[in-house]
Amino acid sequence: MKWAVIVFPGSNCDEDAANAIVRVTGDSAVLVWHQQTSLEGYDAIVLPGGFSYGDYLRSGAIARFAPIMTAVHEQAQRGVPILGICNGFQVLTEAGLLPGGLLRNADLHFHCKMVELEVLNNRTPFTSAYQLGEIIRVPIAHGEGRYHADEETLTGLKEGDAVAFQYVENPNGSAMGIAGIVNERGNVLGMMPHPERAVAEFMQSEDGARLFQSVHDYVLAKEVSHAH
Amino acid sequence: MKEYRAEVHVWLKPSVFDPQGNAVEKAVAGLGHTGIRGMRVGKSMEFTVEADSKEAASKMVETVCDRVLCNPVMETYRYVLTARDGE
Repeated sequence: MKWAVIVFPGSNCDEDAANAIVRVTGDSAVLVWHQQTSLEGYDAIVLPGGFSYGDYLRSGAIARFAPIMTAVHEQAQRGVPILGICNGFQVLTEAGLLPGGLLRNADLHFHCKMVELEVLNNRTPFTSAYQLGEIIRVPIAHGEGRYHADEETLTGLKEGDAVAFQYVENPNGSAMGIAGIVNERGNVLGMMPHPERAVAEFMQSEDGARLFQSVHDYVLAKEVSHAH
Repeated sequence: MKEYRAEVHVWLKPSVFDPQGNAVEKAVAGLGHTGIRGMRVGKSMEFTVEADSKEAASKMVETVCDRVLCNPVMETYRYVLTARDGE
């Protein structure tokens, strides 16, 4: 299968994401520049971490208007798995592909450390290789990761099982300790922690690998079911 | 066409915790200025609008605020529009 990793000016985790994908799944990962307009032929799409457009105005606010985002919307509609990591999560909320938004950390600190996450939903294309309730270790690195949404949206997320990952110890003041959510259909995941930074022993954790493996397995299973 | 100068101010909604405002308020209190509360830190943007009338200019400013300058999920805005040729 083939993955696209979108590159905005100011993205800085694009190559890490591509390397993690290749290392974990053996698939090919192509870096796609934000000025491009098509994502035809890609089985999964990653919006990587970084500081697209220098986080000007609001993090993710300008990236949302990049030409490639029209294609991201189209592929989301078609059910292609779309993973937004850190700044990618911020872009997905600004683009309206995920509800809510990300705000300055409650304590104003930029947190760069390993954290523990609880898997609250393992029935998504991104989390099937995890156990429900499993605690995994994945690093965070952000200054604006405080998930915010109104009460109604939060209730909807909870009842709709849309919270995929929850912080064991809330590092940034996120509502309901949210670290990652999926859309209603389940094919768009946004998360502040960096799974691509937890795919090898030297990275102090390999727990992020199963996220990429889950997407790989999901796409292959879909191809098999289409063939029959 | 007339020219108008728009001054837009964007803040976090009152219901949303503003850690920056909170830190500034504490710093102000630390300097001995008691009685200053409710500090909110926001953004200010200024730009020129070309439009046929003040109403049309207002509409353009609001559209730009709703679509780009302000994220209604967590922010709110206010603006002032001034005619450039002293209308």
